This record gives sequence, C-alpha cells and structure tokens, in this order.
Amino acid sequence: MILDLQHEQHQAADPHAGHDMGSMKPAAEAAPPPVVTPRAADRLFDPKAMAAARAQLMVEHGGASVWTVRADQLEYRARKGADAQAFEGEAWWGTDAGKWVVKARGERIDGEGWEKGEAELLKAWPIGPYFDLQAGVRYDLAPPKLSKGGRSYAALGFEGLAPYWFEVQGAAYLSDRGDVSARAEASYDLRLTQKLILQPRVEADLAEAGAATLEGGLRLRYEITREFAPYVGVVRERAFGPAVVAGERAGSTAVVIGVRAWR
Amino acid sequence: MMTAFDRRTLLRGALGLGAVGLLPAWARAGEVGRSPAALSGEEIKLTVGHQMATIDGRSGHAVTVNGSLPGPLIRLKEGQNVRIAVTNALADEDTSIHWHGLLVPFQMDGVPGVAFPGIKPGETFTYDFPVRQAGTYWWHSHSGLQEQVGLYAPMIIDPAGEDPIGYDREHVVVLSDWSFLHPHALFRKLKVNPGHFNMQKQTFAGLLAGQDQSLKDRVAWGKMRMDPTDIADVTGSVYTYLVNGHGPGDNWTGLFASGERVRLRFINAAAMTIFNVRIPGLSLEVVAVDGQPVSPVSVDEFQMAPAETFDVIVRPTEDQAFTLVAEASDRSGLARGTLAPRLGMSAPIPPVRKRPLATMKDMGMGNMHGGMDMPGMDMSMRSQSNAPDVPLTPGVQTIAPMPMDRMAEPPQGLEDVGHKVLTYAQLANLHESTDKRPPGRTIEIHLTGNMERFMWAFDGEAFGPIKKPIAFRRDERVRVVLINDTMMAHPIHLHGHFFELVNGQERQPLKHTVNVAPGGKVAFDLTASEPGDWAFHCHLLLHMHAGMFNVVTVRPLDGEAA
Repeated sequence: MILDLQHEQHQAADPHAGHDMGSMKPAAEAAPPPVVTPRAADRLFDPKAMAAARAQLMVEHGGASVWTVRADQLEYRARKGADAQAFEGEAWWGTDAGKWVVKARGERIDGEGWEKGEAELLKAWPIGPYFDLQAGVRYDLAPPKLSKGGRSYAALGFEGLAPYWFEVQGAAYLSDRGDVSARAEASYDLRLTQKLILQPRVEADLAEAGAATLEGGLRLRYEITREFAPYVGVVRERAFGPAVVAGERAGSTAVVIGVRAWR
Repeated sequence: MMTAFDRRTLLRGALGLGAVGLLPAWARAGEVGRSPAALSGEEIKLTVGHQMATIDGRSGHAVTVNGSLPGPLIRLKEGQNVRIAVTNALADEDTSIHWHGLLVPFQMDGVPGVAFPGIKPGETFTYDFPVRQAGTYWWHSHSGLQEQVGLYAPMIIDPAGEDPIGYDREHVVVLSDWSFLHPHALFRKLKVNPGHFNMQKQTFAGLLAGQDQSLKDRVAWGKMRMDPTDIADVTGSVYTYLVNGHGPGDNWTGLFASGERVRLRFINAAAMTIFNVRIPGLSLEVVAVDGQPVSPVSVDEFQMAPAETFDVIVRPTEDQAFTLVAEASDRSGLARGTLAPRLGMSAPIPPVRKRPLATMKDMGMGNMHGGMDMPGMDMSMRSQSNAPDVPLTPGVQTIAPMPMDRMAEPPQGLEDVGHKVLTYAQLANLHESTDKRPPGRTIEIHLTGNMERFMWAFDGEAFGPIKKPIAFRRDERVRVVLINDTMMAHPIHLHGHFFELVNGQERQPLKHTVNVAPGGKVAFDLTASEPGDWAFHCHLLLHMHAGMFNVVTVRPLDGEAA
C-alpha cells in the first residue's frame, strides 16, 4: 500500500524546479483555475485505501452523528384529591442534515391509573438557523378521556428557539378517525445564577370538538451538573369545553417536585 | 502508568501528569542547558500508543507518542533530510502525524484522506522529507480527535547558518488543554447544549448587581438570540490548562541565570483554547511568529490561538522567580509555569481577570450600536446582500454586515488591560519577501457558523462530498480574504505553505495560521508554490470536526501538464 516515495519527494524538494518565475505576468484580476478533483494522493497510494480514508475524512469533518436522551420533566405532582406522576422527554439522533426524534409523555393519577400516555416518532429537518420541521406519527397508549381505545395520528410540527431565547414547539395532529387537534408549548430559562434557573412554561392543547386544556408551570431548578437538575415548582391546569360540561374538575393546582436530566 | 493525587490537588486544577514518567525529558521542570533533550538525526522512530493516566481514582485516556505526553521534542537542522518512522500501536484506530508549519511534499503532510491513507493499527509509515526551513514548529495527530487526548509535541529546527535570534538559553513552552471528558463527549454535549461549558453566563443576580450588559442590551441581544459571554466553547469548567504537560499546581519551572537572554518558544498545542500570555515583571520581546523571524516587538502580553507559535526573548536580571501566565481567553482558568534562577522558587499567581463580553463589533457591525441606521447598507443579521455567494443554510446564523480589518486592534478581551499588548499589525518580517509580485486575483472565504446548532463551516457548507476544493494555479500569487461572519475567533491554518499577512507592514509577516477576530476580516497574500492537495481548516479542533475544513488544490503536480 505504501509506495516508495523517495523519488517523488526529492523531486518536490525544489518547488520552483522547471518553472521560469520571471516570465509570469501579474494579471490585474486573473481568472481562477478550473476546480480539479482533490485526488493527488491517489497517484502515490492505493486508490482504494485513499477512498476509504476520504470517507472517514468526511465523517470526521462535518459528518458526525449525534444523539441525546432527555427527561425535561420527571415529577411528582401533589394536589387536592389524588396525587399524580408525570413524565415528558425526548430522544434524538442524527446529523445536521436530519434527525430522528422520539418524544414521549405521560401522566399517572393515584388510584386512577394512566391519565395520558403517548409517544411520537418524527423525522426532523432544519429549516433556518433556529428551527426544525418535524413530521411523523403519534400513538396514544392511554387515550384522552373523551375517546375510546388506543389512537394513532399523523403529526406535523416544529421545534426551535424563538427570539428572546424562548424555546417553542408546536404540532398539528390528524387522528385515525379524522379528528384534528393541535398543541403548542413555550418555555423560558431565567438564569438567576449560573446554576439556579427559574423556568416559566405554558402549554395549550386544542381539539376539533372545542375541548381545550391550558397548563402553566413555574419550576425552579438547580443544575448540580448541566445534565442533572432537581426542581420544585407549581403547575396549574385548566380544561375548557366538553370536558368541563361532562362534570370533570375544571382546573387543578399541583405542587411539583422532580428532576430534569439528560445524557 | 498510574499516578495518585488527592482531591484537593485535582480541584485546584493540577493534572499532575508531571510528577511521573509520562513527561518527556524536555518538558520536565528545571531542565538546564541551551537545548532541551530531543530526538534528532536523520532516522527517528515514533510509536503512537494508548495509555491510561489515573488521577485521584479517575481514569484519563491518553494517546501518547513513545510513552510521553506531550510527545518527544524533535530537533532538526535546516538542510538535512529526515526519515521519521511512525508505528501505530493503537488497538483499533488509525493514526497520523501532521508536521505543523513544515514545508514538505504533500504526501508527507500527514492528513488522512487528503495526503495519504493514514496509518492503520500495527502499520508503520515512514515520513521522509528534506528540511527546508528553521524555527519553532510542532506536530500533532490529524486523525479523529487524538490531538485533544495527548498526541502533540514540539519540533525545533535550527538554522543552517547563524540564528538571526541571539539567545543564551531556551525553553520550549507547550501550552495545551486537557479534559477527563472524552473529546467525542465534549463535541456531543456542545451539539446538544451549545452553551454547555460556559459557567460565566449573564445572570439575573448579575443584572441586579449592575454587572455585565444593561437590561436594554440584554433584551436587544436576546432578540437576536446572541450570547455576549460566548467567548470559548470548551472552558475551564472541564479543562485543566497545561504548560509542558504540567497542571498549574505542578508548576513547571524553567531556569535562568540573571542577565541571560532567555528564548521562550511558545507553542499553543491546545485543542480549543486561545491563551493570553504574560509574565508579570518581564517585558516580552517577540522575535519570531509561526517559526519565522520578525522585527523584534516588545510587549507585556500577547494572545496566541491554537496552532500558532511565538518566540519571545525575556531578560530577567533580578534573582527572583517570575510567573508565566497563560490565561484562557474566556478567563475560566489558566496555565501556569515559573521562570526562576533556582528550582523550588515561585512567584504570586495573578488572579484570573474578568471575562470579556462580545460587542456589536464582534458581530461584524463595525463600530455601530444596535438600532443605528446605515444608509445603503443592510444591517440585518442575515442579509444575502452582504454575502451574495454564501448560501443561507441552517449553518449560517449571521452574516457580518460590516466586517472590519481588526489586525491593528488588541485581540478580544485585551482592549483595556492597561499595558502593551501585541497586535498582528505590529508584526514585520525580518527578511524581504521572496515573491514581490502583486496578487493576480483575490478570493473571499467566509467563516460561517451557527452557535445554537454548533455548526461551523466555510461559506455556509460543512466539508463533505459536495464541497468544492479551493483551487490554486501552481506558483500563482493570490490574495485570500477571510471574512469572519461569526461571533467567535477562528484560527485558520493552511497546510504546506506560509502566507504573508496583509497587515500594513512593508515587510508582511509570514504565517501558517491566522486568528481571525470575531466580526473581523483578514487578508493574506499567498504564493501557491507547493503542488498537491492541502488541508485548510479552523484549528479549533471541534470547529474542524464540525465541518470548518476544506481541501486546497495546487496544480499542476510535478510531471503533470500545465
């Protein structure tokens, strides 16, 4: 694979060998030379070995794949009536050109079981410097109260960073029964100190039938490390529309304790 | 090899590799004599291996050469030939060595996929080249992220004739950064959370205390999604800064005798750290940059980016110790050594100074403040009209509307330190240029990035299969203008050539790496005298890894028709 380079090198030792420097005329703005394929080393080394090295070069200089798994919320919700546990997180892997995203969330109520539980599998593409477009499917393992049985949806959404450092995401869903619903979230990290962060967050869920829920939270977390931050906070939920008419609690307030963690 | 350290030593930031055999002779404290011990001659053998350094029960993975970190000093003589056989003793990864700043035939340049196929585990590759120059250089791996885990070392080439730089004694000072976190983990965390390692962000507590930006400025910068504290990507929160492999607590010491002219050969071998270098109490006479002699300039402090080398003469006349301070540019930590007449002495370590804040000028807005109107110019953050040839990809967060030549300004964070600071504009070649032709054409290259996605590239496109190389005609004289559209400095390195910095001096200084200030622009003139394919990239290792890399082609090759 490695050829005898002795001859080549000693020839290359004098860069001006064979060139008459004096005869070169400086042009005012000469035309650029044609772009050639950068394959000079293929003349000296096994082209197959060079092709493999070039493939590796691409991976190591802009082609790297990256992954992460994170739980934005993993919390206990203490409130009047039955307490609850809630989880919300996502994982993604891929390159700058495109990623696969898995989102999951769920809430379990003491004595009642899963209130909601859902997962999304999405493909994400960057649109502009700050936002990703996401498209894929969602499946509800524990469907909303008003529906019966498990449910699947087509999902189309976005996720990114809005001006003033607001983290935002939103999506529209079309269910296997033809229902349209939508969801939007926004949060902001107010950095009190390097490690103590106050996070206001709002989420709105809208269904075609006019049912809606609004959730507002305020969480104070302490980043023991950037990847592991316990928090305390308060969450206020309120339902509107048919759910309220059906005699459900219109709203509830919970004191939460949890952890935000990622890897 | 194993070393043991107590937690306190570790917390103080002392890596402690210095105490034991991982250090080569030249890097040990208190080496005396004019020349540090070195590998030299026409036949040199290097073995790349893997070693664990265990510090306070924590294991650090290092890639070393001949069992040392930094690697052995190679000392050659201008005009000689050298054959350097490099054996890869790593179990499962390729390696390579690039001779940084050396004029070598392209196939000896050591960049896998560009110059040669790389060195597979168990293989030996013999680099064989004539030594055409003199000065202070270094060498490092160009494979994976091995440079971050120890594969770097100095190279000194003595001139064939008399050294234009007179000195009585010399010390090689290799600055670097070390993390226990694997470099791939560093990279991944930056991708997931771009401000991950910055523990000096602006806070609400700071606002109440009247620190940093005013509320109005914070809101204006927030609107632009720009963080003025984003000075360094990887910081002292995970880095220990080393002098010749010694942590600050280890205190590498270089000896001098009173009245001697001591030549310090500074090499910034850090993966990601720009250092501000000073020796309180001593004036630094800068005599060579990137290996090439310059007209001496006396300063109190200079900034050096990764890949740059600075030769400095100091002349201590008192019988006392002096602290050598290399502060990370974001002031999150420092590398520290000592110059002393005897071993065991030390001088006070100055506290780390306040970190700088980026300004509108660093955003390429010239001298303006936000909101001012500039007739006839689109001052928006991302206007195609300000860079028609750069595609506005997701990797382009900003286009500098008014990039300025900032070479006559002190580097970022050194604007008002109250003493003399070196600027690029002060550097003048000691010798006449060998090519006095005016450039035949000009090319512009934009340095682009997106801090929020940790994407870095030239002209908006990361290196990849569709990226066109930068083509030069052999022996043509070209002016290259680098425009930094990002808010971070980028040390841009061209392999196989020196270029002349267009810095207003009649004798333009020769460099192999130029640090382009945030929102700034730099021009250099280049004679494309070395045929072949050459790497061209940002020398912040993780910026290069993210895609700020391209290939320069110089044609025709030897024996090829023009």
